[in-house]
Amino acid sequence: MALALPDVMIAPLDKLANWVRANSLWPMPFATACCGIELMATGASRYDIARFGAEAMRFSPRQCDLMIVAGRVVMKMLPVLQRIWLQMPEPKWCISMGACASSGGVFDTYAVVQGIDRFIPVDVYIPGCPPRPEQLLQSVIDLQDKIKKTGTLTGSEFLTRTAHEGPAVLEPTLMPSETIVAPGNYTSAVRLWEK
Amino acid sequence: MPSYEDTLKQRLGPDVFATQQFRDNHRLIVKSGQLHAVLEVLKHGCGFDMLIDVTAVDYLHYPDARDRFGVIYCLLNTTSGERTIVKTYLNEPELTLPTAFHLWKGADWMEREVYDMYGIVFEGHPDLRRILLPEEFTSFPLRKDYPAHGRGERHNFPVITRAES
Repeated sequence: MALALPDVMIAPLDKLANWVRANSLWPMPFATACCGIELMATGASRYDIARFGAEAMRFSPRQCDLMIVAGRVVMKMLPVLQRIWLQMPEPKWCISMGACASSGGVFDTYAVVQGIDRFIPVDVYIPGCPPRPEQLLQSVIDLQDKIKKTGTLTGSEFLTRTAHEGPAVLEPTLMPSETIVAPGNYTSAVRLWEK
Repeated sequence: MPSYEDTLKQRLGPDVFATQQFRDNHRLIVKSGQLHAVLEVLKHGCGFDMLIDVTAVDYLHYPDARDRFGVIYCLLNTTSGERTIVKTYLNEPELTLPTAFHLWKGADWMEREVYDMYGIVFEGHPDLRRILLPEEFTSFPLRKDYPAHGRGERHNFPVITRAES
């Protein structure tokens, strides 16, 4: 069956660029936890992310344009995440997959970053712990919509996003009960509050 | 009474340890100054050839606790299958113990972890650095007086906006 294409087509370059970019996303799987397993399932044949043109996962940020942060990011990992994000070539997008990447999830501790959007820009968030592969596919579809609606050939839509988009960066707020007070004289093994 | 306790009493005197038992879990409570001697006898005289674990406890808000830190050595005799637990207590500011690295090479990373999390210094350790936390970390986060949300370690990063990335 031959397609009846006209000899000449006229389209805005932006739309053409958006069309090719949206249907050929190359994910960079930044998978640190169980969300990564769902990400693998999405990439495998049953859920088959290839139906949406995003099956070419590369483990080098230089070859990718979609970072999928799947899993919790700890304070030791965040500089790595930021560096990988900066290494990806333009145009690039970011999906924050799952509760931990989006908000820290249940890991509200000193070591876990409470949402990657506090420190890097995020385009699509996926709720869930972990999200089902269908949710990840939906986020890819949503991201394709976003690219098709807002994208430009030169990527100038990114230049307008100059402000920090996530929630405010947490200040180290300490409860009075959490501040360090000497709770006892340990050399004599006597507690002050027992006196 | 396990036979290694007799050996310990013969070699180091009758008062070198106290005992506790929970089901089949035998514990030797020793003073920190005698820890190394006890471990040495257990290794060379009693056949405890495997160090299962080195860990610590912070008894800060623990009811009826008399000491701040407990350091725990779990030992295994791989010939007889015997296990024992050696426990010692530490109080600030004397948070130092002799290293067990020269007895069991496996103590290397375990003692580094205890140092990383509790700030207990193992004297004679060949390479006592932080093992899990980044080098620039200043606190000892498993101490009970360290806030669970941290002191700002998870907030202390530059913010990258989309336009500048």
